[in-house]
Amino acid sequence: MNPKIFTLLKVQYSNMMEYRVEIALWAISGIIPFFMLNIWTNNNLNESINISDVMLSRYFLCAFFVRQFSVVWVVFSFEEDSLMGKVSPYLIQPLNPFFRYFAQHLAEQITRFPFAILISFFFFIFNPESIWIPNLGILFLSIVSTFLSFIIQFLIQSIVACLCFWTEKASSIERLLFIPTLFLSGLLAPVVSFPTYVKSWIYLTPFPYLIDFPANLLSGNETNISGGLSMQILWIFLLFPLFKKIWSEGTKKYTAMGS
Amino acid sequence: MNLRKYLKVYKKFLHTSLASELEYKTNILIDLITAILSLIGSIFLLSIFFQNNGYIGGWKFEEALIIQGIYTVLNGITNTWFNPNLTEIVKHIREGTLDFVLLKPIDSQFFISLKKINPSGFLEIMLGFCLLFFCVRINQINLNLSFLTLSLITISCSICILYSLWFFISTTTIWFVKTWNAIEVLRSFLYIGRFPLNSFSFSLRIFFSIFIPIAFITTIPSEVFLGVSQLWKILLEVIVATVFLKTSRKFWLFALKFYSSASS
Repeated sequence: MNPKIFTLLKVQYSNMMEYRVEIALWAISGIIPFFMLNIWTNNNLNESINISDVMLSRYFLCAFFVRQFSVVWVVFSFEEDSLMGKVSPYLIQPLNPFFRYFAQHLAEQITRFPFAILISFFFFIFNPESIWIPNLGILFLSIVSTFLSFIIQFLIQSIVACLCFWTEKASSIERLLFIPTLFLSGLLAPVVSFPTYVKSWIYLTPFPYLIDFPANLLSGNETNISGGLSMQILWIFLLFPLFKKIWSEGTKKYTAMGS
Repeated sequence: MNLRKYLKVYKKFLHTSLASELEYKTNILIDLITAILSLIGSIFLLSIFFQNNGYIGGWKFEEALIIQGIYTVLNGITNTWFNPNLTEIVKHIREGTLDFVLLKPIDSQFFISLKKINPSGFLEIMLGFCLLFFCVRINQINLNLSFLTLSLITISCSICILYSLWFFISTTTIWFVKTWNAIEVLRSFLYIGRFPLNSFSFSLRIFFSIFIPIAFITTIPSEVFLGVSQLWKILLEVIVATVFLKTSRKFWLFALKFYSSASS
């Protein structure tokens, strides 16, 4: 592994370990899918979409997991750094500052892992019938697709973060983008349950590949594996050049505080 | 307590924070779009639930919309007053500026809870009221004086409970310093206030009536709207709200005893 990235990861990991309680609280704040599951099964809503209680509870557990490991907050960090003028020293270093944020996110995910496991342990105590062991191939593929989903969200947010070079409050744009992500990604309801007029176009957007696809894959619900993975990769290939473009434009525009 | 002095001070608070917030005009516009989209999103989610079912937890779609309306109003109030002010407590404590607040010849809870205002929340409140008005029409509720007073009472009780919850958690900052993500946890729990309480399983219903009284926050006002609420529920809500307000006040005064300013 590239020693630079390794060092970054190590530094950020020890940084994150300092705030374990904080990260545990973040993990708890992601339990909305379980409340949704409760509404679904308690009102027998899943009968109409042909998913059994057990499969649905696995789906929502996986949705929780995928969400835990694809949470991105780069725009908030970058906004603060850019307002405080911290971006200037980062720009002098021979390393794109976004690597720093990227390492921060990865380190946070590692710290978050035990808490997520603990929460799912409690979930299985309350729903013992939904315990299952995915086979290794599927597990590997779903880790890959979760990571790809993380990268898509990281790229989208980094593009928004670069808008900080032009406007001071880019985080409100991120809050705007978060709304479709919340409702269309499958965190609150699986995409199969959506009405047909939404299903006809939703698979062309990046949203269902953020949570619905990896969660379906991991939980063993029906999904198109190769199609989903290739769409994820396609979106990364579309977003990456856009990010590079906006980054180079933005750094040209950037003037340090006080100049 | 000198009421006139506090009113005068509050006018100044309004003036300064509006002036600084209106600097970011596009920001307010984006926030408005966000509020509209999130309302559309939750109605969309609700419509998925009702796709093949006429009733959820005994509520029709038109009735469940009332809950959405009340939630939107309360969320707007949260975004206008509670969120900008109470997240500030964390900053005050970390940077030691709480000293300056405590030294002022004015009640510290008043200062901390009302200093700032976020005007984009107003639009959300208006949006909520529009939805409620629409609900009144489609549910054919006739507006009379007793209905208006009862709904006013219950909604103001909900606001008090909500405020106390926020203030409670923010106060714990005095011991734990970094609790703004505890507020995130509260937010995600409050999210279920968008749905009728009866649609959850029994154990969750108990949890959300006792530990985090979401039942009182949105469900009872909505029942009042539909005219199906019993009197004891309304009385209970008033009692709960008073208890919450009083304890949060006491808790703040108690917590202040443990406050040692930065670097001491």
